[in-house]
Formats: sequence, structure tokens, C-alpha cells
Amino acid sequence: MYAQLVDTGETRVRGAEEMSAEEQAFQSRLDAGVKIEPRDWMPDPYRRTLVRQISQHAHSEVVGMLPEGNWITRAPSLKRKAILLAKVQDEGGHGMYLYSAAETLGASRDQMLDDLVAGRAKYSSIFNYPTLTWADIGAIGWLVDGAAIINQIPLCRCSYGPYARAMVRICKEESFHQRQGYDIMLALARGTAAQKAMAQDALNRWWWPAVMMHGPSDEASVHSAQSMQWKIKIHSNDELRQKFIDQTVPQADFLGLTVPDPALKWNEARGHYDIGPIDWDEFYAVIKGNGPCNRDRLKTRAQAWADGAWVREAAAAHAARTAQAAQPDLPQPSATQEP
Amino acid sequence: MVEPSMLQEYLLRLGDNGLILAQRLAEWSGKAPALEEDMALANVALDLLGQARLWLAYAAEIEGPDASEDTLAYLRDAPAFRNLLLVEQANGNYAETMARQFYFDVWHKLLLSGLARSHDERIAGIAAKAVKEVAYHGERSAGWVIRLGAGTALSHQRMQAAIDDLWPYTGEMFTADALDQALIAAGIACDPAALHAPWLEKVGATLDAAGLTLPAAKWMQSGGKQGRHSERLGYILAEMQFLPRAYPGAAW
Amino acid sequence: MPEWPLWEVFIRSQHGLAHKHVGSLHASDAAMAMQAARNLYTRRAEGVSIWVVETGRIHASSPDDKEILFEPANDKPYRHPTFFPMPDGVKNL
Repeated sequence: MYAQLVDTGETRVRGAEEMSAEEQAFQSRLDAGVKIEPRDWMPDPYRRTLVRQISQHAHSEVVGMLPEGNWITRAPSLKRKAILLAKVQDEGGHGMYLYSAAETLGASRDQMLDDLVAGRAKYSSIFNYPTLTWADIGAIGWLVDGAAIINQIPLCRCSYGPYARAMVRICKEESFHQRQGYDIMLALARGTAAQKAMAQDALNRWWWPAVMMHGPSDEASVHSAQSMQWKIKIHSNDELRQKFIDQTVPQADFLGLTVPDPALKWNEARGHYDIGPIDWDEFYAVIKGNGPCNRDRLKTRAQAWADGAWVREAAAAHAARTAQAAQPDLPQPSATQEP
Repeated sequence: MVEPSMLQEYLLRLGDNGLILAQRLAEWSGKAPALEEDMALANVALDLLGQARLWLAYAAEIEGPDASEDTLAYLRDAPAFRNLLLVEQANGNYAETMARQFYFDVWHKLLLSGLARSHDERIAGIAAKAVKEVAYHGERSAGWVIRLGAGTALSHQRMQAAIDDLWPYTGEMFTADALDQALIAAGIACDPAALHAPWLEKVGATLDAAGLTLPAAKWMQSGGKQGRHSERLGYILAEMQFLPRAYPGAAW
Repeated sequence: MPEWPLWEVFIRSQHGLAHKHVGSLHASDAAMAMQAARNLYTRRAEGVSIWVVETGRIHASSPDDKEILFEPANDKPYRHPTFFPMPDGVKNL
């Protein structure tokens, strides 16, 4: 899941009797399955939570370009290079669809990007792990995109129209991502002993972070309950995680790779896999900024954003001058600026 | 008389340009000045890489059954590469990346338009497909030369510096060596000398619109087409080729 | 620094269909907006024509005006063909 631990700003879920007439009307629209559109009335906490959730999701896509992007120049064949380039480009596109959706709620994209590089915004914990070998590119597509799709498909039905529409577009494109990842893993699993070892090592390192992507168990979380009432979260974290594990374990078996969990076992009675304990200390450490790559990722984005400022400024200045030349009665554009 | 090895050499010149420039553009991934630019750079890189694969696959067929686009891309050392010096130049700042792209795009479009009339049908077919993609690249890079040239004082200064610094690498785009001459005579290649006047006209008009000055320097670097490269190419290849070289014979 | 303006993108997915809103993007000018729209919204050959419109130039109805704008149409059912039941046997109407 690309948006983890979204704070709704609420301390508890309120009952209908505590809501204003407007809020009650809003909730009954949601309950009836009517979509909310940008200019409709909505409670402030709904708007704020959505901005937080959608921008976290967008940041995850954009930061997520980095761990894979650094392998484009090293892809081992021209076909893989083209596929990875297209995939990473899609991630950027997904970030843009999502920023677009957040902007319909009154957020500014530059402000969101500023918040990201200043470390004020969250993004998915998963992108703070390093991509050390080519097999990591396979593991990310297979496991990370796989986990993300499970979260994103239900969001196509979420209550906010622009977010739901962005998710529809993203999900259509995302299944290519998961397949290209598995295809890389297949080639490695069928390759030399060294390649197979590379694939197993990648699974060892990415399995648990991928399992953590859906966030901690949220049965007791007031934020999750509120988000579910607002229909911007459709399933619980544990439901999504279980679905991911159930569909992924047989895929690992097919590859002839071993999932790094000695406690992993099919539970006939539940009809699901049981897994060993998840190390939530690691998860919270990464979320708090102490993952292996948090600093690198933010530094790279901050550097790119700062290095690009003069370019963005020049394009804006040129556009203002062109508009002014076309319509001389418009206000004068600001004079050319020194750095 | 055109030997197969001569045709192959010519195809490597075409393919290596796209491959090395795509490799350079891919270095921008996730780091462009705006998300829209990230998307655009990736699109241009994908087009160039796609074209390079078509040229290299053709070159590999001429070489024999053991060759492929990948053996050519991954198992040749720098002196065997035939790309222009221009495309291996560093990305630098965005003005430098866009100036390099602009010089290349204007030339590339003219070249492909000429090759679309090649007597070699395969070359003509690839060129006819590629020229549509390249027309878009040229519009884009010319747009940025103008935006930065006529943007702020800082962007103007950076764009002029980039235009000047990369100028000496434009000369070899228009010089025909013996190989070119033989293939031109056979109706296969496009005469690079004939591209100079229209290139200069387009470049001059764009620089004019951008308030930039056409460089006056006369000295031109050359050697890329013959395999005499700058120091930069070795580093590009070290990065690009490391996996197939570290795991010889592996399939990916 | 002011943000590049926001543009709304409309794509005609195939000849014969109307342009449909697909999303938005940021660009400093129309040429850049057009190129960015192509890069962002037609990566999988989704379109044959693109419109880009500066978001600020769009005038939209307000949800508060929904009743004023749309309810008057609700009491004019005679505008719909189903308002007029036709006797069995009458054809081509």
C-alpha cells in the first residue's frame, strides 16, 4: 500500500446524531454509493485526509522512480532497458495523475513537492530499501507492484471521483508492471546458478518489506475506521496483506524460490496461509526516516527540485513575456531575475 | 562495390547514436526539473532506444547468427562504437542536455528524411518510421532552446554557454568519409554534406528566436564515426555493459 | 516562484467520439502543455486528438446551483419520447 498510516485528524468515529445536517447528508450520499466531486460540499476532515492520502500515494510513485531508475542505465539487455524505462516513466505518470486528483481538492502541486523534499510528507516505506542487484528490479515489479495492485483495485471504487478515476487509469497500467517483474524473476530462476542465487537473495530482502507495505494491523485504528466510513479505504490492512500473501506464495513456489519465513504454512481450516511474526519495529524505524535509503531518496529529490528551479522559472518568464507581447495591456511580467 | 561489412559499419553509426543518447537521457530518470520533463525525456529516450535496436538488429544479421542487438551493444569496447562525439557528451545542466538534443534532433530529422529514400528497403523502412518520432523530438528541443534562451538572464547565459560548448561537436555530422562516399554512390546512405545548409538554417532561425548567438568558432572535433571517442564513452559503457560482462553467457 | 499554470486535458480516443476529460498537468505554455499531454495521457495510443485548456479559463457550474439549473427540467417529462405511449400497431415512431 502506497499510503500508510494516514492520519484523519479524528479521535473517534462519530455517530449520525453527532453530525451536522450537512454532514449527515454527505454521509448518506456516501452510503448510497454516490461519488463526491471536487466542487461538492465535503467535511473539512474528509478533504484534509484525502489530500494527505492522495499526496502520500503520489509521493510514493515519484520517489519510487528512484530505486528502479538507477538500474535503467545498467539493464542487462536492450529489451529489458526499454521495458524498465517505460515502467519508470509510468510511475512518474501515476504520480502526476494522483497529484492532479489532489489538486482538485485545492492542494498545490508545488506545495506538495515542497513538503516532500522538506521531509514533511510521508511516502511508502518500501522505497527506502536499496536496489542492490538486477534481481531487485524483478522483485520490485513482482512483489511491490503486486502488493500495490491489491490495494489499488478496491480504490477504483472509492468515494472521491477524481481519485477513483486516477486509480482506474493506474490499475490498467500497473498490471504490466507486475508481470514484467515476474518475467525478470522467471528468467533468473531458469538461468545459471548465480542468477538463481541472485533471485533468491532479492526475495529474501524484499519479502518482509513487501508484507509490511499494507501497514500495521488496523483493527483498532480509529483512522482506518473513519476512512472506511468515508469509503476512501475499502478493506482492512490485514485483509489486503492476507490476499497478497495467498496469491504470492504459489508464485514463489513456481519460481522454485523459498519465501524467507520458516513459519509460513497453509492453514486448511482458514483457507489461508499463516505467517510468522512481522517485525513492526523495523517498519516504524523506516517510517520515521531510519530506513537504509530515506536520506538518499529525499536528498536526490530535493537536489532535482532545487536544480530545476531556474529552468521552471525561465519557462514561466518566457511564457509571461510571450503573453504580454500578444496582449500589451496585460500587466508587465517581472523583470528577468538574477539567481 | 558495397561489401556487407561496409553496410554493417554504416548501421552501427546509425544505431550507436540512438543507443548512447538514450543512455544519457535515461540518466535523468527521476531527476528532471519538472515531472512533465521526466515524462518527456523518457519518451525521447524510448524512441531513440527503439530505433537503435532496429539498426543494431539489422547490423547483427549481417554479422551472422551468433550476433544480436545485445552482443553489439554489450560486448563491443569503446573503439568499436561508431556514435558521434556529440551524443556521448555529459548531460550537464538542463541547458546543456537540451542544446545537445537540439543540435542532434535537427540533424537527425534531416538524415532520416534522406534515408527514407534509401535504395536499401530495410533502411528506408526504419527511417520512415523513425522520422515521425524525431520530428516531435526536434519541436520539443527547439522549444526549450527558445524558452531558456529567452527566459531569465541566468537561463539565457546558461543556454548560450551550452550552445557554444557543444558547437565543436557538430562538425562531424556533416563530413563524409570514404565509407559514406561508397554508400552514397550505391544509393544506400544519405550525403551528410548536403544536410549542412538546411541544418544551419533551422539552427540559426531557432537561435535567433531565442535571442542567442550562433557560435563563430571554426575548429571542429571529429573521430566518433571512426571509433576515436572522448574519455566519456568508456564510463558510459562500463555502466551499461557491466551485467553481461560480469555474468558471461547468461540470459536475462 | 509562481507555479506553472494548470491545464485540463481532453482526448478524442477515436474518430467519431467526442473529446473526453482525462486529467490535468502543469506547463508554462500551450506548446509544452500539448507535448506533456501527449506524453502523459497517450502513452498507450489512447488518442487521435488532444485539447488542452488552461484550468483558470474554464467556467463551471456550482453544485449549489444544481436546483436552479437542473430541477426545472424535471417537470418537463413531455420532452422525453416515453411520455407519449403509442397504440399497438403504430410502427416507425
